[in-house]
Amino acid sequence: MKAKVNGLERELADGATVATVLALLDAPSRGVAVALDGEVVPRAAWETTFVPDGAAVEVLTAVQGG
Amino acid sequence: MDDPLVIAGREFGSRLVMGTGGAANLSVLERALVASGTELTTVAMRRLDASGGGVLDLLERLGIAALPNTAGCRTAAEAVLTARLAREALGTEWVKLEVVADDQTLLPDPVELLDAAEKLVDDGFVVLPYTSDDPVLALRLEQLGCAAVMPLGSPIGTGLGIRNPHNIELIVSRASVPVILDAGVGTASDAALAMELGCSAVLLATAVTRAQDPERMAAAMRAGVEAGRLARLAGRIPKRFWAHASSPAVG
Repeated sequence: MKAKVNGLERELADGATVATVLALLDAPSRGVAVALDGEVVPRAAWETTFVPDGAAVEVLTAVQGG
Repeated sequence: MDDPLVIAGREFGSRLVMGTGGAANLSVLERALVASGTELTTVAMRRLDASGGGVLDLLERLGIAALPNTAGCRTAAEAVLTARLAREALGTEWVKLEVVADDQTLLPDPVELLDAAEKLVDDGFVVLPYTSDDPVLALRLEQLGCAAVMPLGSPIGTGLGIRNPHNIELIVSRASVPVILDAGVGTASDAALAMELGCSAVLLATAVTRAQDPERMAAAMRAGVEAGRLARLAGRIPKRFWAHASSPAVG
């Protein structure tokens, strides 16, 4: 199945969770937040939230700005 | 602390809030932040692969609180989602709310701003909105429950200073939350003027990070804010049309 991760299409295994996507991106363990189809997925639900086929996943962190 | 800045019950010894955007690299930024004496500094939320990371570790090491912003958002819905992501990523309910109308002016969109502010206040956020220098809008934001109001002196990054000082005074005169001058500061006298007009603090980034010597300009801004605050508390003399001799007239 496929999902758009930070704007790029990615091939994901069936049953992939938000945690799977974060591992794929080599995301740091803190300072990161995830939106799945425009809704925030709380950290506690990363392991148990499945990414549906065709979903949009946004992984954000803090950068210099403002 | 002698004369702390208090926002939503939290005390800050420094009345200079810094931004982190525009610095050539993290080491230049670090020296500027230290020289500024700031205790509260904004960061932006971007995709994980974007450049400009590493700023959180720097702020933590320096003991400076991170204030996430919603820069780049054009609608209330985008700003609310960005604020919620920032809360999740940084573990803070504080947010500098920015909803701008277009890229040329980067001026706040007042309709979207009010909508976003209301939703975020209802959701438990401590909302610090970047707003235009409109006294009516500032009051409306306060009435919605914003913890401060942050009117612009002039558009972001222009360094044009405070274009309508009277509006800033009007905002200050009716506000019962801190007024933080945000955007437009070009040099230290602008920061001092903001404080003389009665602002509780000044937020700036570009004037320091893009100065020829950011560290020195940060020190200048710190001094400017402190001088302006002291002058405000001291009470300036009234302006007079005719001269008034300062030496005795007789003897």
